[in-house]
Amino acid sequence: MSLLDLTAVELGRKIKAGEVTAVQATRETLAQMKALESTLNCYVTIDEEGAKARAEAVQKKIETGELAGPLAGVPVAIKDNMCTEGLLTTCSSKILYNFVPTYTAEAVTNLEKAGAVILGKTNMDEFAMGSTTETSAFGETKNPWNTAHVPGGSSGGSCAAVAANECFYALGSDTGGSIRQPSSFCGVTGIKPTYGTVSRYGLIAYGSSLDQIGPIAKDVTDCATILEIISTYDGKDSTSLKREDTDFTSALVDDVKGMRIGIPKDYLGDGLNAEVKKAILDAAEVLASKGAIVEEFDLSLVEYAIPAYYVIASAEASSNLSRFDGVKYGYRAREYEGLHNMYKKSRSEGFGPEVKRRIMLGSFVLSSGYYDAYYLKALRTKALIKQAFVRAFEKYDVILGPAAPTTAPKLGESLSDPLQMYLGDIYTISVNLAGLPGMTVPCGIDAQGLPIGLQLIGDCFREKNIIRAGYAFERSRSYQAPAIAHSIGTPDPARVRTDAFGKGGRVNEQTV
Amino acid sequence: MSRQYEMVIGLEVHVELATKTKIFCGCSTAFGGAPNTHTCSVCTGMPGSLPVLNRQVVEYALAVGLATNCGINQYCKFDRKNYFYPDNPQNYQISQLYLPICHDGWVEIETAAGKKKVRIHEIHMEEDAGKLIHDEWGDCSLVDYNRSGVPLIEIVSEPDMRSADEVIAYLEKLRMTIQYLGASDCKLQEGSMRADVNLSVREAGATEFGTRTEMKNLNSFKAIARAIEGERTRQIELLEDGKKVVQETRRWDDNKESSHAMRSKEDAQDYRYFPDPDLVPVMISDAWLERVRAAQPELRPEKMARYQEEYGLPLYDADILTGSKHLADIFEETVAQCGRPKDVSNWLMTDAMRLLKEAEKDPEDLDFTPANLAKLIDLVEKNVINRTVARSVFEAIFRDDVDPEVYVEEHGLKVVNDEGAVRQTIEELLLKNPQSVVDYKAGKKKAMGFIVGQTMRAMKGKADPAVVNRLVEEMMSR
Repeated sequence: MSLLDLTAVELGRKIKAGEVTAVQATRETLAQMKALESTLNCYVTIDEEGAKARAEAVQKKIETGELAGPLAGVPVAIKDNMCTEGLLTTCSSKILYNFVPTYTAEAVTNLEKAGAVILGKTNMDEFAMGSTTETSAFGETKNPWNTAHVPGGSSGGSCAAVAANECFYALGSDTGGSIRQPSSFCGVTGIKPTYGTVSRYGLIAYGSSLDQIGPIAKDVTDCATILEIISTYDGKDSTSLKREDTDFTSALVDDVKGMRIGIPKDYLGDGLNAEVKKAILDAAEVLASKGAIVEEFDLSLVEYAIPAYYVIASAEASSNLSRFDGVKYGYRAREYEGLHNMYKKSRSEGFGPEVKRRIMLGSFVLSSGYYDAYYLKALRTKALIKQAFVRAFEKYDVILGPAAPTTAPKLGESLSDPLQMYLGDIYTISVNLAGLPGMTVPCGIDAQGLPIGLQLIGDCFREKNIIRAGYAFERSRSYQAPAIAHSIGTPDPARVRTDAFGKGGRVNEQTV
Repeated sequence: MSRQYEMVIGLEVHVELATKTKIFCGCSTAFGGAPNTHTCSVCTGMPGSLPVLNRQVVEYALAVGLATNCGINQYCKFDRKNYFYPDNPQNYQISQLYLPICHDGWVEIETAAGKKKVRIHEIHMEEDAGKLIHDEWGDCSLVDYNRSGVPLIEIVSEPDMRSADEVIAYLEKLRMTIQYLGASDCKLQEGSMRADVNLSVREAGATEFGTRTEMKNLNSFKAIARAIEGERTRQIELLEDGKKVVQETRRWDDNKESSHAMRSKEDAQDYRYFPDPDLVPVMISDAWLERVRAAQPELRPEKMARYQEEYGLPLYDADILTGSKHLADIFEETVAQCGRPKDVSNWLMTDAMRLLKEAEKDPEDLDFTPANLAKLIDLVEKNVINRTVARSVFEAIFRDDVDPEVYVEEHGLKVVNDEGAVRQTIEELLLKNPQSVVDYKAGKKKAMGFIVGQTMRAMKGKADPAVVNRLVEEMMSR
């Protein structure tokens, strides 16, 4: 077994024990990245020099005992919508092709304090808008299980990097399923915590009232450990919550006896792929065999979640993204006449089609005369959906279902029909609307050889319930990595992308 | 003009709050400073930055709301006002539309026409924008975000005013109240108080409002009065010519004493207001509200009453002294050191006001140390200097905040108490002016005044006028 096959916590333990160093782990991961990036394109920016220097500094601190946490020295990938001081942060958009933040996102700072070695910034759908990572301005990321398929999105780069052993764990963000859906498509584990648990300071906003940062890793233990580190109250984020119950690793117990698990019938209806359905029900069976009480129930209102979500998220995005105007940073059109024309050309040239679609949609629903009919109605729908979950959690500790209706679609299939793509979010977005924690755990492989993900949803502040259920479930099967993760005995020099390396990544003004 | 018209005026008044830090970040609100030095990732709208509300902003807004008889929305929210302009780094302004902090208040104003109430529609909190500087030579524009995120309240009146006098009285009332609360210094010239005037005219007796315009760029009370008269005339002329008033925003040019249209209603932007998801609703508990209420400082009417009662000042003095919070503060601090409230009042009301007028300044600009005025009053009281000298010493205090004891010593201004020296000076003057003695003896009392004046001048004002008077009379009567 290769060093790269270790989970983050296993590697952390070995580093602490002196069996391996942070420098070694970083070097091996960078070699894996060199071998696979030309195929997978998980990263927008790889900070090779920074990572090596950081690994050495961290290793010293581990040896002196200054750093003793479970993830000290473990290499990590950060989704490219989280600010990293001095390191390019693009949101996979041309409009931020040259943006180097002056500060680091709070969640990333928390990881750094815990001794994380940041490898680089992962690819994503532009501004996290999309479900395939194909809307990235810097090329799509390929699914490590089958490179003809998408990795999901928007945190597709992070999930693919974890699956392909191009990092030991990653941070993603989830506005409507952007951690859980690509985790499902890539066969990894990811948690979207309760809204307000992880600081959004430094996360470049898409839908502020829905965005949450969360961990993506190989198993539930890793995810719980990472979440414990990044869940801190932050006075810089007004929506950050003071929680006393963030000792998530205490829930890593193989015991679901008496746990009440509900499966929404609404999640098993038309549109759900039969293989996915079977895998989900099998997973429920595993939990039942361990003593959980599993039953189906009517959640209701599921079909209203998608329109409500796209109204709210787009409305917020239309305003959040107005700061990208060519004035202060980022892309500015080369030629323009006057201020208005500069705005228009910079934004027209800087944003991709999916982002423009949502800015237009969001601007429309906030326009005078339409605000009540769309935006307010969506907010009321959101409140009703929240109530439906409140009722459900009176009866159940955990809600179980699929993370996505299908396994990963082929590249190019989704973008041709955006409405169809939006429908793919049906099982994940209610969780964001209700501010709940949700997790994806791998639960099978379909006939095409693509992974299937099980979604576990908890009540607000009840991450521990889903962690416990996920942990108990994953005892029943072993982690499977895609073949490509082990493909590099001897890297093929022809496939090594050297242009993808170094601070600033491969994006430069000439190519834009 | 055959028909009679009346104006209907409502005001939107922006006031910069006197917080030390900005509304949503910890940057300084100090005026001036090199461009973009009072800035951070929040107030320059960097990606990923988030606003956190400054509690003091809420307290000042509450204080102003309570002092203007407003109802308080104890559950209030911030909304985003979306529009593109480079002085606005996020391209939205965080303001309050749907649930402003204060609503439905009123203030009482007094003009020659009598007392009346002007109703306040609402008061809301918002952030200020940065400043754009157009570099005509460099063919570019520069932006300074030092002011970006400075807290403002906007006080929106009902259309209750009918004349420029009432508008000025309303603004004076607001300014006075807010200064007393310490919520702002309310300097129109520096922009810490700004007023937009919504004005329409209608035939006297009409019940419907006419079409209104909004006037911006009004930097002084005088400019506001001129702009109101100018706009009234313009609108009446349009109506008299059978034309219509267009609903638009106009910009006043005080140098040209005229206005020009900036944008019409048709160009009005759709600001696409919606609740800011980065901020949580502001919950003002009863206890918090009570604390603010209990901490409200003494406002002008109470202070006026107290000055008459506690210091025995006439109403006239109390009125002038309390006309500026700053002036009242100087008065109280001076009295605290030297007593003699009426003397202190006299210095401030006569000499200080005269010097301010000459320098075209406001009472807010007084910047001498009260202790120096107190010392001056002591010097006069102890007859160390006479009143004439004291006047010149006060001018030095007014200008340079000098210590009067040191100043009198350095300039040798003490009263000459040597009667022999005074006698000798008078003797010399009488010899030089024999005609004066003749005139005096012939009954022309003015002649004595002439010699007294000459004596004072010869002694450089340092003689005790009482002594000089006595000796001159005695010597001329010989």
